[in-house]
Amino acid sequence: MTGELTRLTLAEARDALAKGDVTARELTEAHVSAMEAARDLNSFIVETPEKALETAEAADKRRANGEARPLEGLPLAIKDLFCTKDVQTTAGSRILGGFAPPYESTVTQKLWDDGALMLGKTNLDEFAMGSSNMTSYYGGVENPWKREGDNHKLVPGGSSGGSATAVAARLALGATGTDTGGSIRQPAAFTGITGMKPTYGRCSRWGIVAFASSLDQAGPMARSVRDCALLLRSMCGHDPKDSTSVDMPVPDFEAALTGDVRGLKVGIPKEYRVEGMSEEIDSLWQQGIDWLKAAGAEVRDISLPHTQYALPTYYIIAPAEASSNLARYDGVRYGQRGEGYDNLEQMYEATRGTGFGDEVKRRLLIGTYVLSAGYYDAYYNKARQVRSLIAQDFTKAYEEVDVILTPTAPSAAFAMGDKMDDPVAMYLNDVFTVPASLAGLPGISLPAGLSSDGLPLGLQLLGKPFDEETVLRSAGVLEEAAAFTAMPARLSE
Amino acid sequence: MSVDKDTVAHIAKLARLRMDPEKTEAMAGELSQILGWIEQLQEVDTEGVAPMTSVAQMKLPLREDEVTDGGYPDDVLRNAPESLQGFYVVPKVVE
Repeated sequence: MTGELTRLTLAEARDALAKGDVTARELTEAHVSAMEAARDLNSFIVETPEKALETAEAADKRRANGEARPLEGLPLAIKDLFCTKDVQTTAGSRILGGFAPPYESTVTQKLWDDGALMLGKTNLDEFAMGSSNMTSYYGGVENPWKREGDNHKLVPGGSSGGSATAVAARLALGATGTDTGGSIRQPAAFTGITGMKPTYGRCSRWGIVAFASSLDQAGPMARSVRDCALLLRSMCGHDPKDSTSVDMPVPDFEAALTGDVRGLKVGIPKEYRVEGMSEEIDSLWQQGIDWLKAAGAEVRDISLPHTQYALPTYYIIAPAEASSNLARYDGVRYGQRGEGYDNLEQMYEATRGTGFGDEVKRRLLIGTYVLSAGYYDAYYNKARQVRSLIAQDFTKAYEEVDVILTPTAPSAAFAMGDKMDDPVAMYLNDVFTVPASLAGLPGISLPAGLSSDGLPLGLQLLGKPFDEETVLRSAGVLEEAAAFTAMPARLSE
Repeated sequence: MSVDKDTVAHIAKLARLRMDPEKTEAMAGELSQILGWIEQLQEVDTEGVAPMTSVAQMKLPLREDEVTDGGYPDDVLRNAPESLQGFYVVPKVVE
């Protein structure tokens, strides 16, 4: 029974709980056992089984009293970028070792208020900076998928790699992620799950360790479009503690899954046919187009002319914002303090020099450089201007179409250790996800097929600002057509 | 644009990052590679384009300037590497 319980989708588990077929305690025990049995994957930095089981019992009591909330008793994994009260929150960095926040992030608080419970905190690239999860101070995370006939350990993508692996390996029914340039969508594609970044402003950023504030957005990762819709509804909502949180009603996202896309206009951006993209990704994209057409959607070619400049723009803006945001890690108020100093300035340098890993240092140096005197206009202001042009490309496209369909990533998951000596090659992973991040648009990635060597490949749907419903509705149709049922090597053994 | 070891040391100073001198050379190479790649933005015509300042088209909300939170110094200080009698402790800065 335990194995079966962890293979339910979040929505199935919710319905089973409502019918009384299973208790929250049983469901949580099954997931705690699965989490403990999969420690070799390194997807969790901290496990909180006692708290999870205690909360599950309270959930069962609530349900017995007729007071069940929308996510009552459903066990989730939380990316270790969300501050969780009294539970160590590290952002995958040595510099925050031992930090136990005295407060709870708004997004996680909203999930708990709706009845969900936490299994533990998941691994991630340090400060969410990475596309492989290999930059974590706590070590890389292993993807539960393997290439056919090949035993190499693969990355789950990043930065939300621990959350992606936890969901793909059936250790949690769903997870939270954050997406700055693709950190939800790319790992979702690499691990064969569904992940959604909502419109910038939908989810409060309060209590989420900041990377690049004009880009960071929280979102759900789960095993179906419906599960993402359920989680997203609980995660969204206005928060006065985040000045960029929008004061708009939160729709019933699950109700948007009508399965009807007749007459929907789908854009196919020609600039996303990048050089060197594999044949199988191109044909999967064509397959996606055919599925939507067969369901009655109208497909149109569109142009997003500044696409090729999105990555270099991102790698100015994100590091610039990071260099400012990460100035707070000074060894005074929280986290680890370095050693070997004689004065305050040396104390800062020692703390930051030993507390941050190489990728974080690289980005802090880039950010500091592009903001420094003499370069501010040439780099930072130029990037902000190009960002305006990228956003305008989308605005124009959305005068003609309702959603945009693209591949999620230019390749399937790669081996642990690959691309580590070439930062730019690593950055190219996010070529299809970064443009929508710069424009603040909602996007979803869902598993749509397998590569020739048996790895999951994702398709991405992008929507108009605050039109998550159309994105989810189209994704639901693609999901049904793709009928993706393949299981990671680890679970089919 | 390429940066040399001394430039890296200077930026590292600005960013308050103690750099291992052996790593400065390698970092200069990596940063040069990244900056060279970023350089392609210069070919985009941005004449008269306003820099993006906000993703969402919204006015920043204002509120009354009043105390809405606080009064728990122990919580605030409990993650500090070193604290004493309700204060953070740092190396002496005034002789």
